[in-house]
Amino acid sequence: MKKNVYQYILSIADNSLILGQRLGELCGHGPNLETDIALTNISLDLLGQTRSYFQYAALLAGDDKTEDDIAFIRIEREYRSILLVEQPNTHFGYVIARQFLFDVYHLLFMEKLQFSKDETLSAIAKKGIKEVSYHERFSSDWVKRLGDGTEVSKLKMQEAINDLWRYTDEMFHVSASDKAMISEGIGVDVVALKERYYAKVTEVLSDAMLEVPEGKYFQKGGKEGIHTEHMGYILSDLQYMQRSYPNMKW
Amino acid sequence: MSEENIKNLEEIFEARIARDEKIEPKDWMPEKYRKTHIRQMSQHAHSEIIGMLPEGNWITRAPSLRRKVALLAKVQDEAGHGLYLYSACETLGISRDELYDQLHSGKAKYSSIFNYPTVSWADMGAVGWLVDGAAIINQVPLCNTSFGPYARAMVRVCKEESFHQRQGFEIMLSLCRGSKEQKAMAQDALNRWWWPSLMMLGPVDAESVHTEQSMKWKLKRKTNDELRQQFIDQTVPQADLLGITVPDPDLKWNEETGHYDFGEIDWDEFWQVVKGHGPCNKERLSARVNAWDEGKWVRDAAMAHAEKKELNKLKEVV
Ligand SMILES: [Fe+2]
Ligand SMILES: [Fe+2]
Ligand SMILES: [Fe+2]
Repeated sequence: MKKNVYQYILSIADNSLILGQRLGELCGHGPNLETDIALTNISLDLLGQTRSYFQYAALLAGDDKTEDDIAFIRIEREYRSILLVEQPNTHFGYVIARQFLFDVYHLLFMEKLQFSKDETLSAIAKKGIKEVSYHERFSSDWVKRLGDGTEVSKLKMQEAINDLWRYTDEMFHVSASDKAMISEGIGVDVVALKERYYAKVTEVLSDAMLEVPEGKYFQKGGKEGIHTEHMGYILSDLQYMQRSYPNMKW
Repeated sequence: MSEENIKNLEEIFEARIARDEKIEPKDWMPEKYRKTHIRQMSQHAHSEIIGMLPEGNWITRAPSLRRKVALLAKVQDEAGHGLYLYSACETLGISRDELYDQLHSGKAKYSSIFNYPTVSWADMGAVGWLVDGAAIINQVPLCNTSFGPYARAMVRVCKEESFHQRQGFEIMLSLCRGSKEQKAMAQDALNRWWWPSLMMLGPVDAESVHTEQSMKWKLKRKTNDELRQQFIDQTVPQADLLGITVPDPDLKWNEETGHYDFGEIDWDEFWQVVKGHGPCNKERLSARVNAWDEGKWVRDAAMAHAEKKELNKLKEVV
């Protein structure tokens, strides 16, 4: 049971960790100072959530495991984040599209997680909802701004949405261990979120005068630890210090 | 306005400053005062945002989650400092875009310290401890400078800089209490950052062009050499506490003066970096220029969208 909860926490927290890490790459390189600061805020929120989840997971794991052991000392196959969050910062349109496609899901997810029978997860979700609804507003506003801005921005925003669309379906996959968590009332039944997710995404895209992609082919694997080629590079940065100088305090 | 009138106004103006009154953007001010302030405040703003780059370099590689979050927040604070300083500068009738143009074209300067590379995690400690430390010494006196918006911005900025300085020292402390490798990393960072940090307090007084005027306007209250001495006197005991060695064989406590004596600073290196030939001048500037150029379509879109929305609102009213 504990082991299932532990794995379940990773599958939630790894999304926040990897997306927070991706956004961290952008700090100092935004299109203007205000946007730079806002994206850093989102990164800080996500990494803050990651820490709460991993501190709890470390407690469950026992053996003096720490949040950092969990964050840094795993092999790629053991990271359970979805493929969407590891996609690169190709251009600002991709940053916004990735954020938006994740935020809409993340908010729906947190709204359910707050009713988890696990008190700690419920508390983390309650605290996170405020943050995540701000993220969702921020990214939705930018989708609209870019979709309805100039010819160029419309093209770029549409390109990013089209490209990342294939990673959306994975959010609604349920793994065997998730199933156990759902039936215990601890986990969130993500299948039930799917319809509302696509409805919300469609609403924002039409407000933005963008097209909803018709792609019917989707990618998956992150939840099982099979990632895209980007992941290894993310982990090389993320783990660099811990791998070069093992077993030290920082 | 006649010459005599202007002379009168200038006298009143200087008297106000002498009485410690604040000058506000709408007040009359000599053209030279305006220009000097635009130059100094924009240099300061540019230093804040260029300063994000060397530390930003370690965000993805920070060794723990706690350190990663703290570093991100620190670099974000620097963006905030840039933001208030640009806004304060804009009150003098120059736009942020013009200021950026001056930076990107190489016309405007920024603090040379940021042209040094950050090559290890210990540099995050050394930069916070020494660079933010030297910045505080430069900036605390500016909390009482004559130009109101600058003085107020400095009050906010200095509070955060001292937090950064403590955070940097604390990174060094963890390293120095850690393994042999960690302590060596800390020593190496001190070796590389010590002299550039001393240079950060500006050229020796004899070669500093702006000092006298700046003193009168309270843009400066102590000379570069005084500030440097203050920095050394304050920092050496901290290095002792860490148990690492300041890389200056001539450094010695002087009972008579009550200050540390220190060795010769390599001013050739200083001027080389100032003139654009430091280890990272090219990289720092091109990172800013790239971010700005690549962000153009985004800023254009935001502007176009805002205009459309405004237009729609007008239509509704009509
Ligand atoms: Fe700063
Ligand atoms: Fe500063
Ligand atoms: Fe700082």
